[in-house]
Amino acid sequence: MHSTLSFSQATTVPTTNYAFHSQSPINLRFCGLRREAFGISILTRSSSGRVRLSTRGRSKRTSASTGNNGTPPKSFDYDLIIIGAGVGGHGAALHAVEKGLKTAIIEGDVVGGTCVNRGCVPSKALLAVSGRMRELQSEHHMKALGLQVSAAGYDRQGVADHANNLASKIRSNLTNSMKALGVDILTGFGTIVGPQKVKYGKVGFTDNVVTAKDIIIATGSVPFVPKGIEVDGKTVITSDHALKLEFVPDWIAIVGSGYIGLEFSDVYTALGSEVTFIEALDQLMPGFDPEISKLAQRVLINPRKIDYHTGVFATKITPARDGKPVIVELTDAKTKEHKDTLEVDAALIATGRAPFTYGLGLENINVVTQRGFVPVDERMRVIDANGNLVPHLYCIGDANGKMMLAHAASAQGISVVEQVTGRDHVLNHLSVPAACFTHPEISMVGLTEPQAREKAEKEGFEISVAKTSFKANTKALAENEGEGLAKLIYRPDNGEILGVHIFGLHAADLIHEASNAVALGTRIQDIRFAVHAHPTLSEVLDELFKSAKVKAPASTSSPISEPVAA
Amino acid sequence: MANVLQTSFLPSTSSLRRRSISGSKGKSQSLQVKAKIREIFMPALSSTMTEGKIVSWMKSEGDKLSKGESVVVVESDKADMDVESFHEGFLAAIMVEEGGVAPVGSAIALLAETEDEIAEAKAKSQSSSNSTPQVVEEKPKQIEEAAPDVPAAAAAPSVPVAKAVTLGSAVHPASEGGKRIVASPYAKKLAKELKVDLGTVVGSGPLGRIVAKDVEAAAVAVPVAASPAKPDPVAPGIELGTVVPFTTMQGAVSRNMVESLSVPTFRVGYTITTNALDALYKKIKSKGVTMTALLAKATALALVQHPVVNSCCRDGNSFTYNSSINIAVAVAIDGGLITPVLQDADKVDIYTLSRKWKELVDKARAKQLQPHEYNTGTFTLSNLGMFGVDRFDAILPPGTGAIMAVGASQPSVVASMDGRIGMKNQMQVNVTADHRVIYGADLAAFLQTLAKIVEDPKDLTF
Repeated sequence: MHSTLSFSQATTVPTTNYAFHSQSPINLRFCGLRREAFGISILTRSSSGRVRLSTRGRSKRTSASTGNNGTPPKSFDYDLIIIGAGVGGHGAALHAVEKGLKTAIIEGDVVGGTCVNRGCVPSKALLAVSGRMRELQSEHHMKALGLQVSAAGYDRQGVADHANNLASKIRSNLTNSMKALGVDILTGFGTIVGPQKVKYGKVGFTDNVVTAKDIIIATGSVPFVPKGIEVDGKTVITSDHALKLEFVPDWIAIVGSGYIGLEFSDVYTALGSEVTFIEALDQLMPGFDPEISKLAQRVLINPRKIDYHTGVFATKITPARDGKPVIVELTDAKTKEHKDTLEVDAALIATGRAPFTYGLGLENINVVTQRGFVPVDERMRVIDANGNLVPHLYCIGDANGKMMLAHAASAQGISVVEQVTGRDHVLNHLSVPAACFTHPEISMVGLTEPQAREKAEKEGFEISVAKTSFKANTKALAENEGEGLAKLIYRPDNGEILGVHIFGLHAADLIHEASNAVALGTRIQDIRFAVHAHPTLSEVLDELFKSAKVKAPASTSSPISEPVAA
Repeated sequence: MANVLQTSFLPSTSSLRRRSISGSKGKSQSLQVKAKIREIFMPALSSTMTEGKIVSWMKSEGDKLSKGESVVVVESDKADMDVESFHEGFLAAIMVEEGGVAPVGSAIALLAETEDEIAEAKAKSQSSSNSTPQVVEEKPKQIEEAAPDVPAAAAAPSVPVAKAVTLGSAVHPASEGGKRIVASPYAKKLAKELKVDLGTVVGSGPLGRIVAKDVEAAAVAVPVAASPAKPDPVAPGIELGTVVPFTTMQGAVSRNMVESLSVPTFRVGYTITTNALDALYKKIKSKGVTMTALLAKATALALVQHPVVNSCCRDGNSFTYNSSINIAVAVAIDGGLITPVLQDADKVDIYTLSRKWKELVDKARAKQLQPHEYNTGTFTLSNLGMFGVDRFDAILPPGTGAIMAVGASQPSVVASMDGRIGMKNQMQVNVTADHRVIYGADLAAFLQTLAKIVEDPKDLTF
């Protein structure tokens, strides 16, 4: 199960510049948080400089602009109501405003949802710290660069504050961007009371009922805690607690070796903890391409103060109390027999995330969740108990479980808005990249090699695999970070990219060349002519595309083949 | 990453020769028709590789192999690599299954030259399977061979106590009465690397958990032992002209000896008159008191007055003053060494101490010493006097501060201060110490005290 932790942190400044030059905002297809910058640009398009307008000024303009936004049917309070102001809801809201919809967003907790408050954003702050710590502690690495650093240390509270400050900053950016655009933020838990009708309100207050032509459910997810595990928030914790970094245990067991577990193992080991992974499957890092996970294990697990138990369930975890440590009972995943007992200082439950759909009132419209997930079709339209589509109701993000990543939620939201404003759109999930922000990072888009082989066999085509190493990349070597691999899975007959997997320095940033190619349908025989600045890490992908052996010729429409203007 | 290395299996010529010769003797007179069964070895894929894991066999038993064909994918500490066959033939028997780990240079499969030899090779692999590396779980085993450290010629510390193969034999404070061992992940990793048996390490972490520094300390300080799972059959004799690899224990001894070179040691000797001690011994011998116990007691009483000689240097930056005086005494057993420890030798009376000593020696012979009975020494005694050795010097066991080599007590002609010549029983002792914590003057003062105690031994019996 994927988490939303791997969503990259958004920065507003660089994209702001970009947006200023854009006359036509519709061309911008940024997902998620980046939209906020773009949102501001609409309002400031007329302004000539980079001077930000005051919030007050912005909100005035906002009301004017919403008035101009099309003409909503009189019978509805809103064109679009989004339940849940996480990254998915936020992305949908901004796009909705752009398309002229009168939009409201209902949030029962804090704006920003999991990603901003308890997920990708604060975890990136911790990982920024762990990356630096790791570098400073690596005597070998420093020596190779000719640097001398005396003992590196850290202040736990300082690190925790950094994560917390980042989350609140991003949260207020998000809130302001929606307010500025005229999105109504309605506070309280939203419940669907009937078709196109939602009530919301805080506990103990009277509920308000609002209507909308279309409704998007974007309520996200919460950490999933298997039964038998007692979370006390102190010694047995989930990512929600871990991100506050209230203490750094000497020894922490991490249940689950997916994205969340891996990222936290990176943080904790850099801060001096020892880690024991508990993984139910036979291999660590399930879900990654096997070759990548094998290499990642060599770099991220084996040399670090980490050991692991695979093929076992943590069937019972008792928090530390009465002078006793945290006790973890391990049960063999196959034989179901007790296998081992661990005594550790803390346990982090990173077994995935469960949809947060309780209390949504789905029963009022005859929708039954599946393991908590709201069933949807490929256009995110909600399917009811009889298998029929529920008109005007959509569900995006973790709540539908299609791809539990913040930016996937945002992309799904945008797709829905496209549909309700008259353009059919189906999001290609195979073009959605994913990343794990360990040091070095792991990223991927599309299929893993076994998935691709299965597909190839079923559909009767051939696949090939190309690989390049970071060891051959000048920039990586200059950074003394030559450890890494990029892998391309493709069709040699037509040059279609089926999957790209990268493990290495800044892999999370590098993947987008590949994911964009997948999204736009660019073939290898064309993209291999694209030029990359030298020396940059992007040349790893350049080389990857060039090393692929494609039979199809480059397309003639490629701009490269056009005569170069003198 | 799957570079196809040209690394080929290195056929071990010696074993092949031996095999083919015996084969020819057994079967046919025609020396020309030799059965060619080659062993396929775990190749060394990197300079740091010591063992490799079989990722997958690309061929199955019975498959024909041509020269240069990939046979097996091996995972080293660095990468996975395809390994090619160096010879033509048939993959006769796979000795290490997928997922198994084998040390570099050990046989992982047999290659038969002709199809007919497959069966023979198979039989061979079965018969030799006892001696071939077993498939080992990748996870760090909790029981590892520990590193005994043995001082030199002297019998000094160390050695093998057959730790039963079972995990639960060691009683550990945080282990629910010895049911399991609680060690942190890094401690386990280190233990594997340093070949320390976690069952013998006393943990200093929360609730007695073994943490990294305990393993580090154990690796240098703890003379431990651990005989391989199956007790080594004692070699009946030494075959001249052969090269015999170290057993695990001997390998550990070797490493420890080399490691001892990193400790700056020096030696101070002293001649002690033992007439009074000998007289005392004669008197209380009937009560079961042994000379070893007397010497240990005397040493312990001297150490009470010179705590620095009972200290050690663990990290190169500090003195570790031990709270108890535990005298380890080297005993040779079964071609090995062990150092049973007389704990709190300064406090325990001589009779109890003697009984304790007898008990320890019996246990050592039966290989039943518990870890705390042989790895907690703070000062080591090594006595070769019984062989008539009059003086020698000992290598300091890493992790302790000093070791004393005791020679035989012999009648000597001595000139006394008042100008007379007389006979006295004298023995020479020679202390080797870590000069980072123990200086020449410390040893001199200690030896002077020891000599006084030995020469006037009334305190030894309380």
